Amino acid sequence: MQHNYWIYLLIMFAVTYLVRVLPLVVFRKKITNRFVRSFLAYIPYAVLAAMTFPAVFFAVDCIPAAAAGVIAAVIVAFKGGSLFTVAASASVVVYVMLLIL
Amino acid sequence: MNLLAFNRGLRDGIAIAIGYFSVSFSFGITAVASGISWWQAVLISLTNLTSSGQFAGIGIIAASGSYIEMAITELVINMRYALMGISLSQKLDPTFKRWQQLILGHCNTDEIFAVAMSRNKTVTPAYMTGLAVLPYIGWSGGTLAGAICGNILPMMISNALGIMIYGMFLAIIVPAMRKEHPILVVACVAILMSCIIHFVPAFSFITDGFSIIICAVAASAVGALLYPVSEEEEEAEHAA
Repeated sequence: MQHNYWIYLLIMFAVTYLVRVLPLVVFRKKITNRFVRSFLAYIPYAVLAAMTFPAVFFAVDCIPAAAAGVIAAVIVAFKGGSLFTVAASASVVVYVMLLIL
Repeated sequence: MNLLAFNRGLRDGIAIAIGYFSVSFSFGITAVASGISWWQAVLISLTNLTSSGQFAGIGIIAASGSYIEMAITELVINMRYALMGISLSQKLDPTFKRWQQLILGHCNTDEIFAVAMSRNKTVTPAYMTGLAVLPYIGWSGGTLAGAICGNILPMMISNALGIMIYGMFLAIIVPAMRKEHPILVVACVAILMSCIIHFVPAFSFITDGFSIIICAVAASAVGALLYPVSEEEEEAEHAA
């Protein structure tokens, strides 16, 4: 059976949209349960941490270069660098490492 | 529309937009390489605005997979957004109208979510709009550029750009880990679990999308048990 691009597109959009927007619309009231509130407060950091490691080491074709980029990003972020400064330093360090290696 | 909040959002969105441009650039290259046309790739980016879901989707289209497979894959990979949506719902300003939620809610990407949540104020519609505009343009523009002229860019540069998205993640979690002990613990639990699931062969059946959900839920639950946030602390944070 020949699959249609438009149906694929519609499915991708519909699923992604519903997963994102339904919770926002459903949970309109403030949640009072202390455990749930704490849980939700920690979610952003837990999600980002789990998404970053170990995936970041495979984001570049060369693992040592990626590791150097991570170290650079952590140092700059630790010193309070902005979102862009941190991302750019990681990128520059990876590029330099790729040139050297 | 509060122009000040809108401008503040725009400013916070610049870094995300640049990071997105580079990531979606490689999406554009991949999409065209797997056999769809440039405008089809751009249309996917305009309607989906998510990296992992789109890369997986392209894979299924290229392999001519079934519609059911597409739906389940997208659901699993994007399920984390439901978690983040609930979290964000608690941070939205009361002035948020239903139709604004229906539009801006779709812009709740990993990075936009993290930046919005790291503010110590409620998220207003004006701020959220400003925050989403540039990343949205960057994401679609990057896809277009990658789809049309992807092969011109040297491999090394696209490689170096690939790490930007993670640099942004680190820029958000590292300062928070440094400042607050509970977040340090939560992040370490999440990282440890994520590495175990990735490297231990017994867990290789767990897909990336599920892995993120499992790790985030477990780590946040540990944090909530060990370090419940009190109302006063939250108030203090918001006032800061």
